[in-house]
Amino acid sequence: MATIKGAIVVDTERCKGCSLCVVACPLNILALTQKEVNKKGYPYASQIEEDKCNGCSSCAIVCPDGCITVYKTKL
Amino acid sequence: MTKENIIKPENLVYKKSTLLNDNAMHYCPGCSHGVVHKLVAEVIEEMGMEEKAIGISPVGCAVFMYNYLDIDWEEAAHGRAPAVASAIKRLWPDRLVFTYQGDGDLACIGTAETIHALNRGENIAIIFINNAIYGMTGGQMAPTTLVGMRTATCPYGRDVHLHGYPLKMTEIAATLEGTCYVTRQSVHTVAAIRKAKKAIRKAFENSMNGKGSSLVEIVSTCNSGWKMSPAAANKWMEENMFPYYPLGDLKDKE
Repeated sequence: MATIKGAIVVDTERCKGCSLCVVACPLNILALTQKEVNKKGYPYASQIEEDKCNGCSSCAIVCPDGCITVYKTKL
Repeated sequence: MTKENIIKPENLVYKKSTLLNDNAMHYCPGCSHGVVHKLVAEVIEEMGMEEKAIGISPVGCAVFMYNYLDIDWEEAAHGRAPAVASAIKRLWPDRLVFTYQGDGDLACIGTAETIHALNRGENIAIIFINNAIYGMTGGQMAPTTLVGMRTATCPYGRDVHLHGYPLKMTEIAATLEGTCYVTRQSVHTVAAIRKAKKAIRKAFENSMNGKGSSLVEIVSTCNSGWKMSPAAANKWMEENMFPYYPLGDLKDKE
């Protein structure tokens, strides 16, 4: 069975840590950073479970600042 | 397969529109304005109107919209965006002319301009961001503030005996002969964002086809003005805003 693998790239300097992507992710694999912050002092979104993303783009569509780029491939 | 193998240009499925530049938006974290800016940029890019789009930015939080979208912009006096848009569209009929206004701009200070531009059937599209509050100036009460809702200038909640009832501008617009497409959308979930994008596309196409005025209301959040987290503001909007401002098309003239 072909599996779909996705990956996201977060523009961490543009991210404001609103956490709308965390709520929107259907697989619940996004979270805000606990300790790291960007130059503006915001915690930023990051993927907490590396190989679970399926590239559905929900996080990128709801992101108000357009910080998320999504890639997807079939294995 | 490692992440590095997936992140290749041929596997790209979503990135922000090239019309949206790299300036960091001044909006509060989680503000609906960012999502609507993205949608406007995507629709203009998909229509191939990058060189022919003219936006009218309002007074309000979106006043600096010209910093973020790389198209032509004109700044209007408070509430007068539909009047300026009417003039531009009459002078440049082949341009895509749209206004982007908040509820304080469109439903309070610019009520007359909005109603008359819509009634004249000017071939413009109006994007109306309704977050029931004046977000830019400290969150005071707007005409669209819900009954009982607390704001900076009605700390005990909006009282109908003192402040009247919330204004439904979109319903008023639907009764006017000049309008061809009047709809109310939202951008709180992925499905809602997709529908809102279709509505904006339709409004822009109607404007280019000379069908009349289009009004797209987007029920939005103002999480800092409402004093909530972005996710809680979305939930509050679903529970309180949608019963009074129901989503859907109010008028769609074929």
